[in-house]
Parts: sequence; C-alpha cells; structure tokens
Amino acid sequence: MALKADRTPGRVAYVGARLLDPATGMDEVGGVLTEGELIKQIGPKVNADLALEGVTVIDCEGLCLAPGLIDMRVHLGEPGEDYKETLASAGRAATKGGITSMVCLPNTDPVIDDMSVVEFVARRARLQGLSKVYPYGAVTKGLGGKEIAELGLLAESGAVAFTDGFSAVANAQVMRRAMMYARTFDLLICQHPEEPSLATGGAMNAGETATRLGLVGIPREAEIMMIERDIRLVELTGGKLHIAHVSTADSVDVIRKAKARGLTVTCDTSPPYFALNEVAIGDYRTFAKLSPPLRSEADRQAVVDGIKDGTIDCIASDHTPQDEESKRLPFGAAASGGVGLETLLSVTLELYHNGHVPLLDALKFVTSAPADLLKLRAGKLVQGRPADLILFDPDKGWKIEADKLLSKSKNTPFDGRLVQGTVTRTVIDGRTVFVAD
Amino acid sequence: MNDGPGAFGFPHKHLLGIEGLNPIEITALLDRAESYVEQNRQADKKKAVLSGRTIINLFFEDSTRTRTSFELAGKRLGGDVINMSVATSSVKKGETLIDTAMTLNAMHPDVLVVRHPDSGSVKLLSEKVNCAVINAGDGQHEHPTQALLDALTIRRRMGKIQGLRVAICGDILHSRVARSNIHLLTTMGARVRLIAPRTLIPTGIEHMGVEVFNDMREGLEDCDIVMMLRLQKERMDGNYLPSVREFFHFFGLDYAKLEGAKPNALIMHPGPMNRGVEIDSEVADDFGRSAIHEQVEMGVAVRMAALEILTANLEEHLQRNL
Repeated sequence: MALKADRTPGRVAYVGARLLDPATGMDEVGGVLTEGELIKQIGPKVNADLALEGVTVIDCEGLCLAPGLIDMRVHLGEPGEDYKETLASAGRAATKGGITSMVCLPNTDPVIDDMSVVEFVARRARLQGLSKVYPYGAVTKGLGGKEIAELGLLAESGAVAFTDGFSAVANAQVMRRAMMYARTFDLLICQHPEEPSLATGGAMNAGETATRLGLVGIPREAEIMMIERDIRLVELTGGKLHIAHVSTADSVDVIRKAKARGLTVTCDTSPPYFALNEVAIGDYRTFAKLSPPLRSEADRQAVVDGIKDGTIDCIASDHTPQDEESKRLPFGAAASGGVGLETLLSVTLELYHNGHVPLLDALKFVTSAPADLLKLRAGKLVQGRPADLILFDPDKGWKIEADKLLSKSKNTPFDGRLVQGTVTRTVIDGRTVFVAD
Repeated sequence: MNDGPGAFGFPHKHLLGIEGLNPIEITALLDRAESYVEQNRQADKKKAVLSGRTIINLFFEDSTRTRTSFELAGKRLGGDVINMSVATSSVKKGETLIDTAMTLNAMHPDVLVVRHPDSGSVKLLSEKVNCAVINAGDGQHEHPTQALLDALTIRRRMGKIQGLRVAICGDILHSRVARSNIHLLTTMGARVRLIAPRTLIPTGIEHMGVEVFNDMREGLEDCDIVMMLRLQKERMDGNYLPSVREFFHFFGLDYAKLEGAKPNALIMHPGPMNRGVEIDSEVADDFGRSAIHEQVEMGVAVRMAALEILTANLEEHLQRNL
C-alpha cells in the first residue's frame, strides 16, 4: 500500500531495529530518530522511552533499518512514453522496492539535453512526493552521438552525470571531446558499452544458444572493445568514466586491470547479469531479451567475482519498462529491457544469501557506493541528512510474479523466481511513503 | 640567418616567430617600436626610411586589420607597398605556394609579409626567396607581430613584463596568437596561465611553461593582464563546445568573473571581438581597463620597427655576400 498522506511527519523514532549503514560499517541494535525531513539521531539511545517526550515511536521488531536504496540507472517513461511507465507508477514501484532515489536516463521525449527538461523532470517527481528523481543529462544533443550537449549548464541545473542512455557514444572523437569537455567541470560520463556496428540487428548473446534458436547474436566483443577503447580515452583525456551494466567476463577483467593502473574508471552491473544467464531465454521468452543480452554461465560467474573483489562498484536495476505490444512479438522484433525497481533489493540480497558477500556489502552496492559516485546526499545514515530510510526483513521470502508488479509495464526477466528480502516500510524525507500489507 | 650583429641589436633576416628569440632581441624590437609611437601621433607621420624599398603583403587568408596595419607601417616609412590577397592571386589557378614565392621573388621585393592558413608555410616560403619575410600569421603556429604589439602595450601600461601574471583565455587550441604570446611572455619572465574548457586546450601545452585552469574565477585570481582570444563561430557546433550561451556563461569575460583579478588588471583582445561570446560589451568598452584600441595603435609601431630592422639587416646581408 502506498501512502501519500502524512505530510507533516514531526518527530518519529524507529526503535528496536538492526541498524545497517554500509558507509560506516554499522551493524548494531538501535534506532533512528527523525525530525521533520531530517535524521536527528542514530544509535542505541533512540528507544521507546522517547514516547514520553511526545515522539511518535515505531517498533521495528528487530527488522533491518538501512538507508533507502539509490537506483542509479532507471528508465522513466515520462515524459514521452507514459503508456509504459509514469513518474507515479515508477514511484510506487520504487518505494515498494525500498528505492528512495532514482537516477533516470535522458532517453525521454523530449530528451534531457536542455536545462528546462532537467527542471521539468525534477519538479514533476517532487510533486509525486515518492522516490526522489535525479536526472542524467545527455552527452550529445538529442542523443545523436555527434554534438556535445550543454554539460556545464545541465550540471548547474541538476543533472548528476551524463550518458546517452541506451545508445553508446560510438564515435571515438566525439567521446574523446565529450570526456575532455566534461573534465573541465569534473563531470562523470556514463557509457552504455556496446559497439553499435557489431550489435545492430542482434537479439541475444552470440554463441551456441543463439545458433540453435536461429537468432542473430551480439558478440561479447561488442561490449569488450568499447570498454577497452573508452579506457584508452580515459588515459588520453584524464576524464572520469563510468561503464554501465557490465555483462561479460572480459569486461570485468579489462576494468579490473584499468583500476589497478589507477585510471578513473568505475562500473556497475544489473541483477540479471549476476543472477541469470542466456538459458533464461528458454523458448523465446522476450522478457529475457535485455540490452546488453544475457550472457553465458561463465560470464555470470565472472560478474559475481567482479562484485566480490570490488571491480564492480555499484548495482543498478536498469529498469526498462516495455508494454505488452513491445514484448509480445517474435523474439528478434521484440523490444529489449526488463523492469527491476521492485526486485533490485531481493535479487541483490541473493549475493548475501549465496555467501558471496556480507549483508552490509550487498547493501553498499545500492546505497553508499552510488551516492559517492554521483555525489548524492543519500544512501547513508547521517545525522542532519534527509531521512530516507527502509525497514526490511532480509530473510522473508516471496515469489516474483509479473502480474503483481506495481510498474505499469510487467516485463520482468525474473517472473516466477523465489527470492528473499522484503521491504516493510519506506520513509522519504521523514514521511512514510510505503508500508507492506 | 643569425649572421652579423644586425640593426638595432636584432640579428635575424626574417621574423618568422617568437619561439627562439631571446629577451635582448625582443627588447630590441620593442625599443625601436616605442620610438615610432610618438611619430604616429604627429600630423606628419611620414619618414623616408624605406624610400625605394618594396614591400609585398601576401595574404592567403582574409584579413583587414593586420593587412591594413602592415600597409600603413610600410607607407609611413616611405616604402612602396603592394597588397596581394588570395582571391586575386594565381594560387586559385593551381600555382603552388612555392611557385608564387618564386614569381614574386623575381620581382625583387625587399620584404614579403605573409599570412597563410597552413602552419609552417611561411617558413617554407622564406627558404625560397632572397628578401626578408615577416610571418603575419601561419595556421595555428605563430603570429609574432601580434605578440610584440601585445608586449609593447603591456610594457607601456605596466612599465614592465617580467613578473606579471598574465591569463590567456578562450580558444587556445586554434590560436597562433596564444602560442606567440606564450613564447614571448615566458621568455620575458611573465607567469602565464591558460584558461579554457579542456576541449580548447592543446595536448602537452603544460610543457611550454604555462599553468592550465578550467575555471575563470580560479584562473583570473591575482592576474595583472587578462588576454581574451577570439572564438570562431564554427567551434560552437558541438564539436568543441556545446553552445554560445554555455561558453559565455562559464568562460565569457564579465565583471563578475573579473572580480578576482587585480583591481587595475588590463584587458586585452587581439580583435575582432565577438561581444557576448568571449567578452561582455561592458568590459570591452571599459575605457580605464580595456587596452584593446591601444593594441591596434601599437600594432602599426611594431610593424614599422620590424620592417625597418629587417630591411636594414637585408642590406648588411647583401653587402656581405657581394
């Protein structure tokens, strides 16, 4: 149930919780006191006695209390594709999934390559009062891949980083100049790593499965060579590069080596790339058609290794709503992408349940790590910061069912999967915006 | 080239660039130019120093200001000045640069003043002719008389060049003016800062003894001189810069950005200015601080000095070879 009331939160104490703060490594029993929109106090002294002082006390009953999640790669349908997703439907899905901040791609209509669109999106999101929205600005005008957009002015009006979204900045000279120009203002460029001339027309990962299914393959090399090229451009320009949704073993390897050389490169991956492989396509399931495509089991394991050793910095949902008309098509003609707001936490927690990373580390990938990368005032339990919090039970299981998702589009690649980790309450700016039934 | 003491302490046959000149040679040119400033302010500006000498202004690139300045300089010294511009030359008919040079050389000019869009072309031409050659701008390489006139302007206003902090702002990448000024100012002991978006900063320029800044306020902090460069419209199409408004917002010189500079900081621009692009009109027209018109005035004096010295050296040179 999503709540929109509760406009004036006053003082609220969340007591008896297991406090988890990946930024500081805190994992202890205690509480969080909020006053108005901000965190007032954190720790064991925040307890039920505060009720005597007129504070509203909420007993967390031992559940985990953590900073709200930051999803650093979300495609919002609005403006332009409201039939796939709106700010309202995305906001409801996000709050249910424990996401209090979404960083949205500029692939809207109009494109976020102008100050007025940055401000429009931010204002519309504020009016919803649900998850906060931080826009990416476009790297190139109209996402055309040719002319650098007004990165400086866009950053001043609120764009937190720059990307051309689903399309790579393919031209090396344009990418070089964009990175140099971005360096002027110390801005981050986020690349969708795919060499378009190798990927065009492809429907899934190139290999035996694609051959058996008779589908056109996208070779891993399309991703790897773009990452290798961009790392060279980092060396040339001194710019800062973030590589989105890494999906192959060699990608992880190349980035690991670049980091070892001290280059300013970071990357993220998405739940499908560490939780699924190309077998999920099965009998032409278009919900498993993603961009980049699901890879082999060896690639999936290498992505997990990259998460474990810190090569991969963040995890983002890569939420891409597609309506039925875009997915109920022959596999080759269907649109790519999957929704992910409601499943980001649970699938990320598989890394913890499977023994790959400790619980705090699993949370770090979706809280403090993206906050640090994008310089957001979120993702950490800090006194005086906005009270963006979640309560969740890391063990409580549930079944992902496409039909029950709050997203306007239902295209999850995880349909039918049994997962653990359930959000019971989401608080944004001190206001409870979601409580589980 | 460097043979004999040379007139007024400047020993070179040509003036192809600032790089390689030493402080004594630069000072020699400036001192001689200084002596013409007053003469140019008299009603009678004519001298007979270059009487009987022929100067050809050979311009392969459009120019009004520089060409006029050289023409006036030559005429005030009593020389015969011919202007040749690319539109009327044989280059369009397929004649090569060297053919043109050889043809003109056969007419026995004393000085060729050459502007050409290709870097290095003026030096190439100088190797094929007997006369003296002045580089009036070659591609993105050098524009020595512009740097000299800037130096003369600075010296007259500030009394010195050494120790001054000079900021050169804007399109460094495509600017020959910037390169000549960097050479001259660092040679004369000024501290040079470059301020521009990274896309307009050429690779490796730090090795030319300058500091690079990406922020106008930071870069202008405590500067004595602010040199703005002209930004060509074709740089704003998204290849180097996203737009005029973004450039002006972050890099256009206005009073707000000028705040950190020294209170009496001198504002310079080689012209022609793009108002509202690299410089705000208010600043450009600030009579007390803007030296823009003075720069134009010094240009004629500097070019008179260069013509006089090179012509005198040429005679010395010819006599030795007889």
